[in-house]
Amino acid sequence: MDVQFFTAWIEEIARAVADGRDHLTRLDAAIGDADHGSNLDRGFTAVLAALAATPPETPGAVLTLTGTTLIRKVGGASGPLYGTAFRRMGAALGQGDADVTLAGLAAALDEALAGVRKLGGATEGDKTMVDALGPATRALAEAADKGMDAEEALDAARDAAEEGARATIPLQARKGRASYLGERSVGHEDPGAASTALMFRALRAVAGR
Amino acid sequence: MTEPGALVGIVLISHSDALAREAVALAVQIAGADVRVAAAGGTDDGGLGTSVDKVSSAVEAVDQGAGVVLIPDLGSSVLTARLLEEPGSVVIADVPFVEGAIAAAVAAGMGATLQGVLDAAEDARTYRKL
Repeated sequence: MDVQFFTAWIEEIARAVADGRDHLTRLDAAIGDADHGSNLDRGFTAVLAALAATPPETPGAVLTLTGTTLIRKVGGASGPLYGTAFRRMGAALGQGDADVTLAGLAAALDEALAGVRKLGGATEGDKTMVDALGPATRALAEAADKGMDAEEALDAARDAAEEGARATIPLQARKGRASYLGERSVGHEDPGAASTALMFRALRAVAGR
Repeated sequence: MTEPGALVGIVLISHSDALAREAVALAVQIAGADVRVAAAGGTDDGGLGTSVDKVSSAVEAVDQGAGVVLIPDLGSSVLTARLLEEPGSVVIADVPFVEGAIAAAVAAGMGATLQGVLDAAEDARTYRKL
């Protein structure tokens, strides 16, 4: 997976966020402040502009620029959280321009997960993006260990993220804005877990090209 | 290097620009015009949310070298504040927004250290209204 692959991933996320904007906002309207779709759309629109203005030359640089732009432009909690996730991935991939292996990607996602958990203080089961990011990261690491090819491995990661997001529906939120709602948060999919699943769908889609 | 007489700065971070500004006005009215309290509320385009650029400019504006206390309201304000934390110089007070802001501003105006301002803000948790 080279710099073109990671650039294509981010572009695919931007496209999927634009398409899924209203769906994400509806999820957020149920248990949050109804801005998740529009915030992420604004953020990734800014990311596309930043990538076009100064095209990064390494996979790590693509992800770092993505993260930095999200932190500055999103305006909601997803800015610092996704911004930290992409920046930590970028730092983990380093400055080299070599192709990233599945194991390397899994290790970078593990760094992203650690960064998100540290910043937001959430653990799995709190009804947050961590409920999708945690299982997807583990699934990718296992797939890489078993020597699966990229498409199979990213299938597994996507499936784990989607399952993790669906599993937030019966949970009561313990972190984030939804936690102010207490039991009222039960019965709704967490918007952050849903957008994380979207990003793993985008990753799989790009690998299949 | 801390200059003699430098006061601890305070940044009030809210989802709402108006809420942050009015909380600053209230804190300054009580603590005195010399305190360095800045508002960082809302997104860059004035909507509800948080702007990391607004918060970092506010930190620069109030930093006299004695440290800065960040007081966020909730959600993305807290996460944005955490991105800008620098142990020993830029610290977060986990306190009620209005009461914490006033207590911190009063302590800062009296020349308290960074830890002193943080402690004063945290004391605000125990204030009773009745």
